[in-house]
Amino acid sequence: MTDQILLDPTNERAPQPRARAPRPATLAGVTVGLLDISKPRGDVFLDRLAERLSARGLRLERYRKPTFTKPAPVDLRHEIATNCDVVIEALAD
Amino acid sequence: MNGVRLPEGLVAIVKQDCPTCHLIVPVLTELAAAGLPLTIYSQDDPAFPPGLPVVDDTELEVSYQLNVETVPTLLRVAGGAVVQRTEGWRRDKWEDLTALTGLGSALPDYRPGCGSRTLEPGIAETLAARSGVTRLRSRNVAVGALEDPVEACFERGWSDGLPVVPPTPERVLRMLEGTRRAPGEVVAVVPPDYAECTVEKAAINAVMAGCRPEYLPVVLTAVEAACTDEFNIHGILATTYFVGPVVIVNGPIAGAIGMNSGVNALGQGNRANATIGRALQLVIRNVGGGRPGGVDRATLGNPGKYTFCFAEDEERSPWEPLAVERGLRSGTSAVTLFAGEGSRGVFDQQSRSPESLARSLAGCLRTVAHPKLVRDYDALIVVSPEHARVFREAGWSKARLREEIVRLLTLPGAEIVRGAGGCAEGMPEEFARGSWPKFLPEGLLFVHAGGSAGLFSAIIGSWKNGAAGSRPVTREVRV
Repeated sequence: MTDQILLDPTNERAPQPRARAPRPATLAGVTVGLLDISKPRGDVFLDRLAERLSARGLRLERYRKPTFTKPAPVDLRHEIATNCDVVIEALAD
Repeated sequence: MNGVRLPEGLVAIVKQDCPTCHLIVPVLTELAAAGLPLTIYSQDDPAFPPGLPVVDDTELEVSYQLNVETVPTLLRVAGGAVVQRTEGWRRDKWEDLTALTGLGSALPDYRPGCGSRTLEPGIAETLAARSGVTRLRSRNVAVGALEDPVEACFERGWSDGLPVVPPTPERVLRMLEGTRRAPGEVVAVVPPDYAECTVEKAAINAVMAGCRPEYLPVVLTAVEAACTDEFNIHGILATTYFVGPVVIVNGPIAGAIGMNSGVNALGQGNRANATIGRALQLVIRNVGGGRPGGVDRATLGNPGKYTFCFAEDEERSPWEPLAVERGLRSGTSAVTLFAGEGSRGVFDQQSRSPESLARSLAGCLRTVAHPKLVRDYDALIVVSPEHARVFREAGWSKARLREEIVRLLTLPGAEIVRGAGGCAEGMPEEFARGSWPKFLPEGLLFVHAGGSAGLFSAIIGSWKNGAAGSRPVTREVRV
């Protein structure tokens, strides 16, 4: 008996796992990105974090996605990756 | 011609299960004895005819290639090409073709042949698929002969939880007959993996969903519409909210493919309604890579995420069809996509005036998302024939009804602000003063559908509307 052939309904991609960037041993001298995804009260959370982190003398960059319902625009992702060493994202409302 | 290179000289195609083929065995024996170059292909039994050299064509490769419709068929091949051909037994033709006389002198002059095995039901389609397979580009997945292909589809994660029709090349090729578009044409780039969905990939998923080929143009249009920035299927998939794509079909194609816009229009029991919506979801799952627990983070979801597709009853509607209202020419076949949760019922058996019925609709519409939330959510209202009659008899247009509902649901800020009425949920403080419409006028969509009996309508709430969320999208169906 021979095999039956089915046609693959998927996009046939093989995901390539990539390792996360290593956690910095210390926050001294790093630039922290604070990303608001435009969900309600994300700003409240990030404002408070900004206060705490500034008090520790860290350099901060604030970012905002145009809407939480769509992926961050490529330019925004690139800007964050270029300017920041670590990022904190406020996800939920 | 591609495929098998034909032997030079005489070629006979026969099958054991054919009385005429048995009749002409002495003739074939004569030809062989005369030393003519003769090749005999047998479609069903390599031992037939006995005593002669026979080439096994039980796979029907040569018969299909030669487009044989009758056995016996006798051919003369010169330079690799068929130069003469006769079917059945006709002494004059056989003599002409072989340049011999007195062939089969003991036989009648004429005897018709039998049907070629290539034309038997099932076999014909399989052979067409085999020869057409080269058109297809998708990876072939081999499933063991003893494995159940339905189970194999489950195991590979291709199913929405219900059994799928195994996407064999035969079925996919048949599905592709439903469109003039080339299998390799890209229909859309499907989130969340942002993978290109070709006509072929859509056809594979349509097969699995149970579609007939004539549904394919609707499926392709639904996929296109879903993958627009306005509709934002990525967000609809990823949200914790209930919604999924609701497909509304307008125009002549709905009737032509047998869609249901009548009794139980939003329910089960109609193949086109059931499988078109399912095919779209399978494309999102398999081509887009969007799966529950993966990028699909719905807290509860809704049963319509298996499939949610129906047609508008345009014929009996007091109003212009949805697609026409949304800018397409009358008589155009179209698909409209709406990011919808499950449907909820509106019960009103008493209203005989449009004002009263509008109040019932408004009262039920107020609860979309939350009675104290305004502006962020749209609604699709499926108005049944008996409710539509009330508006028709009063001469109310859709615009008039929409205006009335927006007016009735313009709510005092003091009532909807957070904390009002002892309920923490509601609008932020800046809404406390003035009045606010629950719906934007463009956020209320009306469709006419349903059985002729029942003073009920249905409301399908949406997800976050506008540019930041999802907007309904209407597209013309291309065949």
